[in-house]
Amino acid sequence: MRAVDAVMECLKAEGVDVVFGLPGGANLPTYDAFVDGGIRHILVRHEAGGGHAAEGYAKATGKVGVAFATSGPGATNLITPICDAMMDSVPVVFITGQVRTELLGTDGFQEADTIGITMPVVKHSFMIQDPNEIPRAIHEAFHIARTGRPGPVVVDIPQDLSRADINYEPITDVRLPGYQPTLEGNQKQIRQAAKALAAAQRPVIYVGGGVVNANASAELVEFCTTDRFPVTCTLMGLGAFPANHPQWLGMLGMHGTRAANYGMDEADLICAVGARFDDRVTGKLSEFAPRAKFIHIDVDPAEISKNVPAHIPIVGDAKHVLAKLLIEYRALTPDSARLQAWWERIEAWREKHPLRYEDSSDQEIKPQYMIQALYEATGGEAIITSDVGQHQMWTAQYYGFPAPRRWINSGGLGTMGFGLPAAMGAAVGCPDRLVCCVAGDGSVQMNIQELATCAQEGIPIKVFIMNNGYLGMVRQWQELFWDGRYSHVDTGKYPDWVKLAEAYGASGMRFEDKTTLVQDIKRAIATDGPVLVDVRVTREENTYPMIPAGQPAREMVG
Amino acid sequence: MIVGEPATNTTLSLEELQAAGNLRTGRKHVLSILVENKAGVLTRIAGLFARRGFNIDTLTVGPTDDERVSRVTLTVDGAVHPIDQVTKQLHKLINVLKIRDLEPEGTVSRELALFKVSADGTQRGELMQIAEIFRGSVVDVTKRSVIIEITGTTEKIEAFEEMVRPFGLIEMMRTGEIAIARGRTET
Repeated sequence: MRAVDAVMECLKAEGVDVVFGLPGGANLPTYDAFVDGGIRHILVRHEAGGGHAAEGYAKATGKVGVAFATSGPGATNLITPICDAMMDSVPVVFITGQVRTELLGTDGFQEADTIGITMPVVKHSFMIQDPNEIPRAIHEAFHIARTGRPGPVVVDIPQDLSRADINYEPITDVRLPGYQPTLEGNQKQIRQAAKALAAAQRPVIYVGGGVVNANASAELVEFCTTDRFPVTCTLMGLGAFPANHPQWLGMLGMHGTRAANYGMDEADLICAVGARFDDRVTGKLSEFAPRAKFIHIDVDPAEISKNVPAHIPIVGDAKHVLAKLLIEYRALTPDSARLQAWWERIEAWREKHPLRYEDSSDQEIKPQYMIQALYEATGGEAIITSDVGQHQMWTAQYYGFPAPRRWINSGGLGTMGFGLPAAMGAAVGCPDRLVCCVAGDGSVQMNIQELATCAQEGIPIKVFIMNNGYLGMVRQWQELFWDGRYSHVDTGKYPDWVKLAEAYGASGMRFEDKTTLVQDIKRAIATDGPVLVDVRVTREENTYPMIPAGQPAREMVG
Repeated sequence: MIVGEPATNTTLSLEELQAAGNLRTGRKHVLSILVENKAGVLTRIAGLFARRGFNIDTLTVGPTDDERVSRVTLTVDGAVHPIDQVTKQLHKLINVLKIRDLEPEGTVSRELALFKVSADGTQRGELMQIAEIFRGSVVDVTKRSVIIEITGTTEKIEAFEEMVRPFGLIEMMRTGEIAIARGRTET
């Protein structure tokens, strides 16, 4: 069997039902194998679109996403998705073509040192040197991508090796002596954590994307509601705890709620679950949660005590650890009444500082209202993807995510142009669910070409461009911190989004009136196939509240 | 404000930048790392140090009694805390099997060095005496030079270098340290 046909068998054995990719010279053999391979392949228009689509697929389904590209420029176009998947712990396997082995290192046509270039931003990578290694490498790549702290794995296959005739035997075991993630969590540490939580007067549970990755939402909710623990989620953790739950404080961090940020600031015990104390969460590190002791639960030991020293470190998968913590905690039968004063204080913050904005007095659409309207029109039940910037923060603030894997965005790397292809991938992975992308007019063009893919494949994503004609977040920072000296943030009025949508074979719409916005959005959603909507919003609106960068949480403004 | 925050609308002085960068100094660490004998492993390890701006002082790689496994020994100068983060990251490399940050007191470490020193007839005797004191051996002699082999700790080799430099040190080759834990336990 040709090695490339073995690749198809391996993909099927791993449960892969779709691949996003683009062929080229070095992966011609692989693409020949797709003809009879029995795996759906979606031809993207740019490899970055394929990479982000694989991420969107992985985030929406919890399965491993797969993206293919050819050598050289095909592989370098994948760098951003690879790096994005690394930062946000997304399980994706990237399979790249490489020039023939005799050309390696000679600056052959379309040669790039893919393994070298990607090394700092992969969980692991395989440079194939022997065609007989290919099946094992593919299976190991999937195993590494999906287990422990998930992440991107690259498999680079030279063209000649992919054509080789090999003896393919299905592989059922994966042996990686240097890779044995700790999942269970140390029982003694978990008991200690339960004791600390039972004794805490002002606890906060601080939840990150690790809970989503571990599919541990049910365990989280059960644990948090076994007592009245206040819960806050990071940008990546949204949906892990239902936003309509009374114990939910809102998102924390730079654009989080005051209840969440002040809660962290005054807490005496913070239990971090699958979160990594990112600088967008902590603000000024030396003044972060000064009264708190920390329990840190994470599957990645390198995250524990990286930014904030943990008093009770627990290395383990959130699902396992939360289940055990629940048992330990219940055995202590703590008195919930001790949290009464803490809740009174939190309620006071909530009452005094809800998320708010000044609505327009005419028909002008405020960006915050646009998200509320989207929530209303979708009943809060859509999968929402976003690009990066103000629209991302407003979506995080105003679309109350009721469940995990509904909110798909680029948190760590902050990749503009992520939303549209990610929506495409999510829609392919979840064909029965409505998938909407909230995009910025600045970022959507970075991967707009995938509209053609959606049109060709009939992928019915609904893209809502929050159009303010600015690179809005940069404009906001220039206004607030650089004396209003606007430097290259005005994106003007081009392109004509409606015409652009139609040129790509999608439906184009333009909404400018808030009084009909909910109905208009419903109309867009009811339209078949991909839809691109130009939603005209207030030009100079700022995202508040905000912790100015480098300041502590209690210095929130707006 | 944090140095480098984009919101910091103030010009930073070069001194401030240096002060922020100079926080990492400290004791010498000898890391003994068992790795799978596969292509690219060394690059992965070196990359983690490069990413944090750590300079590797010495690096040796050699086989072990198991042909599938190699031993990397490297020495780094760094503050204790950042080293801790680097070793955690090293553990995450799939091909890394085991890491030990060896304590100098509990470790036997050796380095081999070859010194090519200019030596005509009159100086040769004195040089050979010094070599003998350091338990070195002369491995090559010509009319104008000798090559001396020295094995020992880094300090011993540096001491020898100081002794022979006045004779005219033509060149010196050092292997970098290898280290093994004292006592019965495996490194």
